Amino acid sequence: MRYAKDLAEIYGVVNFLFTFAQLFAAFAVLFKMENTTLHATEATILFAGDSGDGIQLTGDQFTNTAALHGNDLSTFPNFPAEIRAPQGTLAGVSGFQIKFGSTEIYTPGDHCDMLVVMNAAALKANLKQLKAGGIIIANTEGFDAKNLRLAKYPDGVNPIEDGSLDAFRLFKIDVTKMTKATLEGSGLGTKEIDRTKNMFVLGFIYWIYNRSLETTIKFIEQKFGKRPEIVEANVKTLKAGYHYGETSETFMQRVEIKAAQIAPGNYRNINGNPATAYGLIAAAQKSGLPLFLGSYPITPASDILHELSRHKNFGVRTFQAEDEIAAITSAIGAAFGGSLAITTSSGPGIALKTEAIGLAIMLELPLVIINVQRGGPSTGLPTKTEQADLLQAIYGRNGEAPLPVIAAQSPGDCFYAVYEACRIAVEHSTPVFFLSDGYLANGAEPWEYPVSADLKPIKAVFAEALPEGEKFLPYKRDEKLARKWAVPGVKGLEHRIGGLEKEHDTGNISYDPDNHEFMVKLRAEKVERIADFIPDQQIDQGPSKGKLLVVGWGSTYGAIKTAVKAALEDGYSVAHAHIRYMNPFPKNLGELMKQYDHVLVPEMNNGQLVRLLRDKYLVPAEGFNKIKGIPFTSTELLEKIKTLA
Amino acid sequence: MSTVVNDIPVFTAKDLVTDQEVRWCPGCGDYSILKQVQTVVPELGLKREEIVFISGIGCSSRFPYYMETYGMHSIHGRATAIASGLKISRPELSVWIITGDGDSLSIGGNHFIHLLRRNIDVNILLFNNEIYGLTKGQYSPTSELGKVTKSTPMGSVDHPFNPLALVLGADGTFVARSMDRDPIHLRTILKRANAHKGSSLVEIYQNCNVFNDGAFEVFTEKSSKADETLFIEHGQPLVFGAQKDKGIVIDGFTPRVVSLNDVSANDLWIHDETDRVKAGILTRFFDDPKHGPHFPRPFGVFYAENRFTYETALNQQLEDAIAAKGPGDLDALLRGTNTWQVKG
Ligand code: SF4
Repeated sequence: MRYAKDLAEIYGVVNFLFTFAQLFAAFAVLFKMENTTLHATEATILFAGDSGDGIQLTGDQFTNTAALHGNDLSTFPNFPAEIRAPQGTLAGVSGFQIKFGSTEIYTPGDHCDMLVVMNAAALKANLKQLKAGGIIIANTEGFDAKNLRLAKYPDGVNPIEDGSLDAFRLFKIDVTKMTKATLEGSGLGTKEIDRTKNMFVLGFIYWIYNRSLETTIKFIEQKFGKRPEIVEANVKTLKAGYHYGETSETFMQRVEIKAAQIAPGNYRNINGNPATAYGLIAAAQKSGLPLFLGSYPITPASDILHELSRHKNFGVRTFQAEDEIAAITSAIGAAFGGSLAITTSSGPGIALKTEAIGLAIMLELPLVIINVQRGGPSTGLPTKTEQADLLQAIYGRNGEAPLPVIAAQSPGDCFYAVYEACRIAVEHSTPVFFLSDGYLANGAEPWEYPVSADLKPIKAVFAEALPEGEKFLPYKRDEKLARKWAVPGVKGLEHRIGGLEKEHDTGNISYDPDNHEFMVKLRAEKVERIADFIPDQQIDQGPSKGKLLVVGWGSTYGAIKTAVKAALEDGYSVAHAHIRYMNPFPKNLGELMKQYDHVLVPEMNNGQLVRLLRDKYLVPAEGFNKIKGIPFTSTELLEKIKTLA
Repeated sequence: MSTVVNDIPVFTAKDLVTDQEVRWCPGCGDYSILKQVQTVVPELGLKREEIVFISGIGCSSRFPYYMETYGMHSIHGRATAIASGLKISRPELSVWIITGDGDSLSIGGNHFIHLLRRNIDVNILLFNNEIYGLTKGQYSPTSELGKVTKSTPMGSVDHPFNPLALVLGADGTFVARSMDRDPIHLRTILKRANAHKGSSLVEIYQNCNVFNDGAFEVFTEKSSKADETLFIEHGQPLVFGAQKDKGIVIDGFTPRVVSLNDVSANDLWIHDETDRVKAGILTRFFDDPKHGPHFPRPFGVFYAENRFTYETALNQQLEDAIAAKGPGDLDALLRGTNTWQVKG
C-alpha cells in the first residue's frame, strides 16, 4: 500500500505543449539579458496541480536542489483539505510555492513569476497569484473537455485557447508525447509511463534555472531502490525534460540565480516539523533523558510523530495513543517516570488535552505540549494556517493555571524554540506550551544546522535518596521555585502526587483556604520567575526609538521582516520586534514598546497578542489581522506600516 | 522497618501504611481491599521503591494516598493511560492501577479497552460498587436496570455493562473476579494478577454501604453465598452449593445447572483458564440474582493467556534499531544527507 502511495506521489500527470519562441520572448522581457543567460536576483515559482500529481514532491525536489545550489529560499506548500478530493476539481488542487534568490529571502513570495499548472482547476485556483506579465506553463492534457468542466469553466471556454490569458505569457507543452517517446520499449505499462511526467517538467525547470540533476537522481535511487526499472524510468524522464530544454537552446534563454550572500556556515534545507522533531531529540540527548512522545494523529502535527518514530536508535519511544487525552496523559506518566515527555497536536486536540494540562501544572512535572496551529474554531481549516490558539495556550484551562508559552518564528527556528521549551520544562519543573503552525510545519528554508556541542546544556535536577529517617518533601522548591524530580526507583523517596490542591512543601492534600491562595500565587510566581532566565527582547531591525514598532510572534516573522526592511529602505521610522517568549514576556518588553509612538501587532487571528500587550502594559497597541488561512503578504504589511510610520 | 534478604528488601504490611488518615466512610468495602493489598504486596518479592499505584477519580482512587509506595492520584478516567506511559518508559516498575466502575467503564472507557488490547504489563484493580459514591449516589455504568438513584428517580433505563465480558471482548489476557468480603480469595487472586505478565484485570465487588449498601450481599452473606457463587479453579469441576451438591455441565455451548444427585462429577464442566470461548460463556453468568432462575456468579480467574506485552515489543524495537543503525549520532542527524557550505 505504502509503495502504491509513493508511486502516486512521484509520478504525476504532466502534459505540456510548448512554444519556444513565446517562452524566449517572455524571459527576455522578465529578466535582464546578459550574453546567452538571463541574470536575476530572485524568482518565485508556483507549482500547482491535482493532489495526486506529485506537486509536493516536485516542489520538495526543486527546493532541495535550489538550497544545495546556495540560494536562500522560502517555501509554502498549500494542501487541499481532503486527501481524496475528486480528481480535477478545484477542491483537489495542491500547490507548492517557492521563492529563491541570491539575496536574503524571508517569505515564499507574495506573487509568483512563473505558474506551472497541471490542469484547468490548478490554473483557475492560482491565476490570481501570478504577477502581471508572468509566465504560465500549462499542461494541455489537463485542459481537455473533462478537466475544463471539473474546473467549472463555462461550456466551450478554454482559457489556454481563447486569448483570455493575453496579459500573461502562456506556454503549452505536450509532455505525454515526449514521456511516451522517452520510455518507449522500457517495458513499463502506459499508466506507469504516464506517472513519470512530473519528472519531465522538473527536468525542464532545472534546465531553465541551470540546476544539477544530482540531488533528485539520488532521491529517486533511494526511494525506488528496490525497483530498478522504476528508477531508470524516472531518471530517464527527468533527463529527457532537461535535454528538451537544451535542444531548444536556440529558442530559449536560461535564467541564472546565483548563490545567496548568506552568513558563512554549514547549511541544509529544513521544514518546521522535522526541525521540531530534531529539537526534541537534541534536548533529550543534551539532558541525558529518554524521550517519550504520546501523540494522536492530527493535521498538521502528525509529521512530528512520523519523524520521531524513525529515530528509535536515539532511545525515542513514540506511543500512538487511542485519543488526544491518552496522548498527553501517557506523556504525564512517562514524565513521572523520568522521561523528557512530549505530546503533539493541533487546536482541536489541544482542547481535549486541557484537563490533563491542568494536572501537569499541579504535578509540576516537565512536559512539552506542542500545538501546530491550524485554522479554527472546531475542525476549522485543518490544512490552513492560523495563529488563533495563543489565548488558548495562555488561558485555556480551569482554575488559575499559568504555564510558559514559547513560539517559533521560522521553520529552522522550530528547532531552537522547542529546544528552549524543553529546557524550561526540565529546569523549571513545569509543563510548557510550544506553538508552531501549519505554515512553519510545512514550509522550508535553508538552515545553518548547529553542532551539538554548541547547544545550551539542559540540566535535570533529580531528588536523591535522603539519609535514613529524614522525610522527603516532594514540593520543596529551589530558588526558581522548581521542585525536584523524584522518580520511582529511588529508595526512600516514595511519595504521592495528584490533582488535588497540595500543601506547601509536603505535597499532602490540603483544603486549607490560606494554603490554596498561597499555592495559586506560588505557581504563578514560579512561571513569572522564568523571566529571570530568558534573554531580553531584541529589536530585529530598525531604530530603538521612533514612530512605529511592529510587534509580531510566530510565523509572521518573514513577512514582517520583509515589509519593515522595505519601509526602512524607503526612509520610514519603523522597527520590528518578534516575540518568542509569549509567557512570561521578556522583562524589558514594556519599556521597549514605550520608545515608539505606535505599536502595530500583525497576527493571523482576530487580535490575541495585542490583547495581552494592552492588558499587561497598558499600551495603545493596534492590531492588524488576517484570518484567511493564508499568511500575510509583505505587500499588505508594508501598506499598513506606511500609514503609521 | 526494612531489612534485606537476598538483595530484596523485606518490608511488611505496616511499612506500606502512610501518615495520611484513611477517609473512606466507616464500613466501606475499600478498607478490606486496602488491607489485602497491603498484606499481599510485601509477599511479592518486589522492591518497595519500584512499586507505583496510579488511580483516577472516585472513592477508590484515594487508594494511592494510603500506600507507602510511589503513587499518583490523577484525573477522572485517565489512570490507565498514565500508567501506560509510565510502564512503557519504565518497564522494570511494578505498576498498579486503582479504578472504579465510573472511572474505568464510563469516563475512562476508551483508555481501559486500549490498555487491555495492548496488554501492557500492569495490574488493574477495578473496584466495582455499581454506584457513584464520591459524587453522592448517581447510578453508574454497572448499576442494574431500573435502579433508583438521585439521577434516576424513576429507575435507570441504562443497560449496564458486563465488565468481564467487556474485558474479554477487548482481548484482555488476565480476567478475574473477587470481592471485598472474601479476604483469602482476594489475596490469592491479587497474587495471581501480579504473577501474570500482561494486563491483569481483577474486578472486585466492593460494597458502598452509604449509597448502594447490599448490592452484592447475595454473594457475600452466609445464608446465600454458597448457592449464589461459583468459585472457579483451573482443572477443577464447576461445583457449588452449600452441600457442594450442584454443578454446571455444558452441552455444546449451552451451560446448565445440574444436581450432583443426577449427574456424575466426571461429567461436569472442568474449568480451563486457557479456553477463551468457555471463559466467554462464564462471563455471561451474569443474570440479576434477584430474579431467578439463574446461574451462580463465578469468582476466580476466568481466563489467562500468555501474549507479548506492548512495552516488551516496543523496547525490543529500540534495541533492534540500535543494533541496526548504532546508537543515535546527534550531529549526523542535524546534518542530514544534503548539506552545503557557505564560505566567509
Ligand atoms: S461513598 Fe461508598 S464507596 Fe465511597 S467511601 Fe463511602 S462507602 Fe465507600
